[in-house]
Amino acid sequence: MFLAEGDLQALLLTAKLAGTTTVILLAVGTPVAWWLARTKSWWKGPVGAVVALPMVLPPSVLGFYLLLLLGPQGMVGRLTQWLGITPLAFTFRGLALASVLYSAPFLIQPLQTAFEAIGDRPLEVASTLGAGPIDRFFTVAVPLARSGFFTATVLAFSHTVGEFGVVLMIGGNLPGISRVASVQIYDHVDAMELAQANQLAGVLLVFSFLVLLVVHLWRKKA
Amino acid sequence: MTGLIKARFTMPLDTFSLEVDLSLPHQGITALFGHSGSGKTTLLRCIAGLEHTEGFLSVNGEVWQDGKRFLPTHQRPLGYVFQEASLFPHLSVLGNLTYGRKRSRRELRVSLDKAVELLGIGSLMDRKPDKLSGGERQRVAIARALAVSPRLLLMDEPLAALDLTRKHEILPYLERLHDELEIPILYVSHSPDEVARLADHIVVLQEGRAVAQGPLAETLARLDLPIRLGEDAGVVLEARVVEKDEPWHLARLDFPGGQLWTRDTGLSIGKHVRVRILARDVSLALVHQEHTSIQNLIPATVEALAPDEHPAQILARLRIGPSVLMARLTERSAHALDIRPGLELFAQVKSVALLDS
Repeated sequence: MFLAEGDLQALLLTAKLAGTTTVILLAVGTPVAWWLARTKSWWKGPVGAVVALPMVLPPSVLGFYLLLLLGPQGMVGRLTQWLGITPLAFTFRGLALASVLYSAPFLIQPLQTAFEAIGDRPLEVASTLGAGPIDRFFTVAVPLARSGFFTATVLAFSHTVGEFGVVLMIGGNLPGISRVASVQIYDHVDAMELAQANQLAGVLLVFSFLVLLVVHLWRKKA
Repeated sequence: MTGLIKARFTMPLDTFSLEVDLSLPHQGITALFGHSGSGKTTLLRCIAGLEHTEGFLSVNGEVWQDGKRFLPTHQRPLGYVFQEASLFPHLSVLGNLTYGRKRSRRELRVSLDKAVELLGIGSLMDRKPDKLSGGERQRVAIARALAVSPRLLLMDEPLAALDLTRKHEILPYLERLHDELEIPILYVSHSPDEVARLADHIVVLQEGRAVAQGPLAETLARLDLPIRLGEDAGVVLEARVVEKDEPWHLARLDFPGGQLWTRDTGLSIGKHVRVRILARDVSLALVHQEHTSIQNLIPATVEALAPDEHPAQILARLRIGPSVLMARLTERSAHALDIRPGLELFAQVKSVALLDS
């Protein structure tokens, strides 16, 4: 391997963070996307806007509020302390939570679009054939939205790989805990280690390109 | 009460509201007939539970909806055929057919083989829906609804999205459903042809209200309704093939009260057929015309007269024993011939449409 041990550790941590985030998002974001796609409630607008916020908000703003919330004096921080759980700030779990919020729109929006494209009819057909709501979701909506799932998963994963500002605010810069690849590159540049920065940046560049290429080819096929 | 479908619904729609209180036979094919936008699809959706509105619904004594209960669609033992086939694109034909069967909580009285055989789709089982023709897709959709052994089959204009050729491809299959299965069917249609050919019972809907309902032949012969059927006003008769005139390629049909000659389309003697006689194909003569090309001259009694759509024309209902015919004539000729209720005359039937293939 041509990468230094610290760089490799940063890459593995990045992959772990992105993987964890994506799995959590699939579990939590899918129902939100489903709700947004199907609801006629007044709340659709506000909830949709909150979900989209991380796309336009500076990551430092999101990180700042999360820090206030999760820190020892924050609401969530005090709650976790009261429950006997260590504060989430500057831990991997805290970082994962922040990443989930930060990458949420990249999972939820493509999924919502995919669910909306299915329309009511296939679900009505399923119900006339005896399928209840959960059955309908897994046997009709999920298979019909599978290309949406693919796009959403890839985008959420790769967007988490590219995250920087939120990590710095909420995770600090701790090796193995929060020093992900993007932060490591910043450190290298800061220390004038341009060759190492170049290698790591090259890995991320190639990764990102390949991801987008695969998504593009998949969409063309579907 | 058993043997009936009782349906009462109130639902506001765009420009009018659906307000029906129906008691329909739980057997044969009942047509829900009306122009597009008359509320017939909405009514069908209410019966399926796809629309949730105020009302009451019981099928053969089982309450599906009342003030307190609302059985969700997936718990109702029904089959539904939509206007577009709406097959699941991610499943093969077989996958589509078994989707409902796997979820059925009741005894499956219709075997999968029977459904496949009835609709003639045996050779399509492994195909994906996008590899089927429009007619094949709709046949699979009908088989899929049948395969769950519904206690009630709901069909929402299943032929409307198809061209004429495809329609004629599917109609015989629908007739077989009617003849070979005991499943009551509610059939939404705006086509008088389909209704005449398939229905036993008819409900005429207009702006969300049932303006008439009853057995098909009786209801079609009601003079206050033909206006809604427009050019297609006419009657349906159940007849039997009794004689063939081979050299002239003609067949004689007996119907209650009279007989008709029609083109022999390869009919076998003894076969029961349904014929449709449009009011515009029936003219009246006071005496038995000898010098006419019309083959069918049937003694009849004028029962009633009523205005038609156009002020120049009127409709006459003619009694022939237990059967009725309708004739369309101009107001002027009615006046000239002094045609009035009670008058005995001859109905000249110019054309008879055989509805069974």
